[in-house]
Amino acid sequence: MLAITPPATAAGLDDRLAVEGLSVAYRGVPALEDVTWTAPASGLTAIVGPNGAGKSTLLKAILGLVASTGRATIGGRPVAERREATAYVPQRASVDWDFPATALDVVLQGMVREAGWLRGYGRARRDRAMALLDRVGLADLAARQIGQMSGGQQQRVFLARGLARDARILFLDEPLAGVDAASERIILDVFDALDREGRLVVCVHHDLGTVAERFSDVLVLNRKVIAAGSVATAFTPEILARAYGVPLVARP
Amino acid sequence: MSLLAGLGFNTIVVMIGVAALGCAAGAAGTFAMLRRKALVSDAVAHGTLPGIAGAFLLAALLGRAPREAAWLMGGAAIAAILSLAAIEWLARRPRIGHDTATAAVLASGFGLGLALLSVVQTLSVGSQAGLEQLLFGSAAGMLPEEAWLMGGLAVLVLAVIGLVLKELSTVAFDPDFAATIGLPVARLDALVALLCASVVVAALPIAGFVLAVALVVIPPAAARFWSDRAGIVVVLAAAIGSASALTGAALSAILTDTPTGPAIVLVAALFFAVSMVFGRARGLLAGGVA
Repeated sequence: MLAITPPATAAGLDDRLAVEGLSVAYRGVPALEDVTWTAPASGLTAIVGPNGAGKSTLLKAILGLVASTGRATIGGRPVAERREATAYVPQRASVDWDFPATALDVVLQGMVREAGWLRGYGRARRDRAMALLDRVGLADLAARQIGQMSGGQQQRVFLARGLARDARILFLDEPLAGVDAASERIILDVFDALDREGRLVVCVHHDLGTVAERFSDVLVLNRKVIAAGSVATAFTPEILARAYGVPLVARP
Repeated sequence: MSLLAGLGFNTIVVMIGVAALGCAAGAAGTFAMLRRKALVSDAVAHGTLPGIAGAFLLAALLGRAPREAAWLMGGAAIAAILSLAAIEWLARRPRIGHDTATAAVLASGFGLGLALLSVVQTLSVGSQAGLEQLLFGSAAGMLPEEAWLMGGLAVLVLAVIGLVLKELSTVAFDPDFAATIGLPVARLDALVALLCASVVVAALPIAGFVLAVALVVIPPAAARFWSDRAGIVVVLAAAIGSASALTGAALSAILTDTPTGPAIVLVAALFFAVSMVFGRARGLLAGGVA
């Protein structure tokens, strides 16, 4: 079976990510209630909201990692049938970095499905994984055990693994949390490149002060959708006050 | 080989079988370790006890020769599968963690086994030699056919792991990511659990039900000190498992009255200790242990 990498193209209006009436409860306690949201076709979208607002849970529910009611679709089809269109970059703290793997090994894991069962990754994929590490500034550290990298470097390895999926939609959970300035700049450069390629980046983001300059769209969440839309319309002090329950000033 | 030369054909075949088993155990155990489910194999090993004792009792009731290895091993295998199923079923209930489920099955399997054994001891059914072998282990009584069977099992385990190595690594490192790309995480976990359970059951006659698990647990832990690549850890664990099983079985054959199970485990523990100090990747001398 030949795995063919689909070209990345901007999604038409009919191939959008859409969430309809999505609810999640942990042990009877609602984490998300009746979330309905249609993502932009492309660009950089931040999901913001207070702690416990269900931001990470929304990503996990869309990707089928937590049980939910409601629907998450891409182009009208369940996300589970459109996995090739998605790439997930989890929180760095969600895995054990002591695992016996090098940076290159981890990036290659992003190609495990396209390589297919019962085969190795092959030279071409190894070269591509090296190029992706280079793209996040880690070509020199390809052979390093992942536990011996800084937090920012680990985050970039995770991003490179996500890029290896060559997906149209990337879901990232707090990719800028606790990373050094150099890593942050590299990650944001990659975001801009993804934007120019017509892909959609959906990013759980904690730093309200930087939303306006870095993202084009926003989903403000506090268990329910508070607001969604362009940063100009949906990232206003009034909306944030409603989401956070206290008046906040969004720095320009 | 000069040591083996004086041992005769059958003994050499048995040694090869034991080495093959250690090889399979190390390879299968590596992914149980990386997935942090090493204890599951221990629960399965203890869970075989009621199967062994139950099969012995059933054989006695039916008037069959209870020492027949196939009879007891069949009981052990069925009990192993039931233990695995019980752990998975319990772990999926809300508010029961995987570790709690594992410990609960381990304790109840062992308890039930001991209860059945006390019934067995009240019976005056012929010799209980077959039973004792499964409880304490002995490579001495191994038949060449059984050795070939173990060789076959080792080839099967190594082939399966080799064929899905990249999938198993992906799941072990980050199960959530693996699920989002559509890998069958639960089935791959079940595959590893089944491979480990098969090895543990096969190791019962050699190492006994308490120590059979050591071959699955210790070699991967020792191998981890030597490499930071999952594939290499698998190969090293297979090599260490093989060497432990072979050396242990040989020692117990040469030193009379030394049971095989403890001999194998002590050799494996020695490998572990040496690896912990000298391991190139994470040994104490490499400064790799935080």
